[in-house]
Amino acid sequence: MSRIRSIAALVAVFVVSIVAAGSVAAEVRIDITRGQMKPLPIAIPDFAGSSAQESQIGKDIARVVSADLERSGLFKPIDPKAFIQTVASLQVQPRFPDWKAINAEALVQGKVEGTGDGRVRVEFRLWDVFNEAYMTGWTLSASPADWRRLSHKVADAIYKRVTGENGYFDTQIVYIAESGPKNDRKKRLAIMDQDGEGHRFLTDGAELVLTPRFSPSSREITYLSYYRGVPRVYIFNLDTGRREALGNFPGMTFAPRFSPDGNKVVFSMAESGNTEIYEMNLLTRQKRQLTFNPAIDTAPSYSPDGAQIVFESDRGGGQQLYIMGADGSNANRISFGDGRYATPVWSPRGDLIAFTKQKGGQFFIGVMRPDGSGERLLAEGFLVEGPTWAPNGRVLAYWRESPSDERGRGQSVRLYTIDLTGVNERVLLTPLDGSDPAWSPLIP
Amino acid sequence: MKLRFLSIFAAAALLAACESAPSDTGKTGGTGVTTPSQSGGSAGIVKGSKEDFVANVGDRVFFDFDKYNVRADAKATLDKQAAWLKAYPNYSLTIEGHADERGTREYNLALGERRANSVKEYLVGAGVAASRVKTVSYGKERPVALGSNEAAWSQNRRGVTVLN
Repeated sequence: MSRIRSIAALVAVFVVSIVAAGSVAAEVRIDITRGQMKPLPIAIPDFAGSSAQESQIGKDIARVVSADLERSGLFKPIDPKAFIQTVASLQVQPRFPDWKAINAEALVQGKVEGTGDGRVRVEFRLWDVFNEAYMTGWTLSASPADWRRLSHKVADAIYKRVTGENGYFDTQIVYIAESGPKNDRKKRLAIMDQDGEGHRFLTDGAELVLTPRFSPSSREITYLSYYRGVPRVYIFNLDTGRREALGNFPGMTFAPRFSPDGNKVVFSMAESGNTEIYEMNLLTRQKRQLTFNPAIDTAPSYSPDGAQIVFESDRGGGQQLYIMGADGSNANRISFGDGRYATPVWSPRGDLIAFTKQKGGQFFIGVMRPDGSGERLLAEGFLVEGPTWAPNGRVLAYWRESPSDERGRGQSVRLYTIDLTGVNERVLLTPLDGSDPAWSPLIP
Repeated sequence: MKLRFLSIFAAAALLAACESAPSDTGKTGGTGVTTPSQSGGSAGIVKGSKEDFVANVGDRVFFDFDKYNVRADAKATLDKQAAWLKAYPNYSLTIEGHADERGTREYNLALGERRANSVKEYLVGAGVAASRVKTVSYGKERPVALGSNEAAWSQNRRGVTVLN
């Protein structure tokens, strides 16, 4: 197995580099720091099972793993009709020539077994086909009902082993489900797995709700609700289903976000025509004002270390991005391009800030470094807004809205994802229209 | 553009069900108030009622793109509102601030709050007791005109005085 090279030795490999068999072959590897060029062909046969239930779970797992990896744009699952080696035979030993023959560069081998106490044990292995080498694998047991999460964990392990980056498949997205005519829109808080499965509504649409964001534990959501006609920030607990106001404030509170340690919520309060940024310490219930400026200061987002806050302000005349210390000190403007910059969100990796930009009648989703350099626009449209980062900082979700005619026809509001390199834009299907997505951290 | 007036007059019609249905267009404009929500067909509307305010005073003013100053053409409406509100001091009021769809959600919430506050300050300056006035911003969430064009956006950038 010494032919597996260390990742560190493979600095310049682009997508996948395979040297002809017989010589030393480079390991299967995708470099996702550059534009993705050619997805990696991967074979994902059904996970084997010895009972009907196990076999069904095994089929379902293979399907979900395949869909996760395909959606990333970095992998190309091979049509199972092309497979030569059977699932049963694969359990004995991978027959690598059979997989080379269909140009699979990676192979997933898995099985599902009952543990006798009502649980299932799922085992998987990832193989480098051309090197005939084991790459990674694990065994986990769980309730059969948790097969989707197990599938996403398999996909995460494959993604991580092949790209060197953490995966983002065992995650959820909270968003606003929209329905009804444009002038009487019903908006509901809704949550789903990142692939759109397991969808459920958290509020019934009786009141307007906006801008949900996860806590670092993924078990709480802070959002804006017009409950009883008063726009205020709330925290929704996913375990208890309870909703609690962040506090009693004299003005409208909105634009909330958790701090990375989960102990604070930063938000805006508008009062007497002035919008300022505040933090609420959830442990002490003390509120602190962070900005003191007659401008609109809003859309705050913490750096991953919690030491800084990026926000938008029109204090210079138009909407621009600023960074200040988490205590409100030393606000410095970072965006200087043409147009207006809004909704900054700090990447979980810390290296980039995603934003919405308006210029020339169009909206854009873009990223820049925290010092304001390296601006890149990834998506454009009549309206694209509200980027949110996948926890690995490699994929963004946002929403896209189409224009409507004077009767409101033509409007559609959809969630999208896009790779950080600006390729692989995908619709994230939802039962109703959707906006304001927020991506969870990896589920613990 | 019939639809956009329906909600206003549906409410008025419910409250004044015994009276003749008000006009559902703003085309007559006999009072000289420059808002689309007014109606010249005021026959049968009880003076001092909510429908009187909407039909004969005008419940809304409009703003320029990304602005929150009260426009010159809005001042006449707000002066009439203030006079009416002083004549009927039993109403408390909520001023709604709205924005068009050409801004980001959170910024537009803040902008709507600025607009509602501008209307409030004008009315208070014209003698309406501040204790009667509340504000609420809906940002870009509650358009009245549905199109994605300047004609619609100019109607959606508004401050609406709602009597409680």
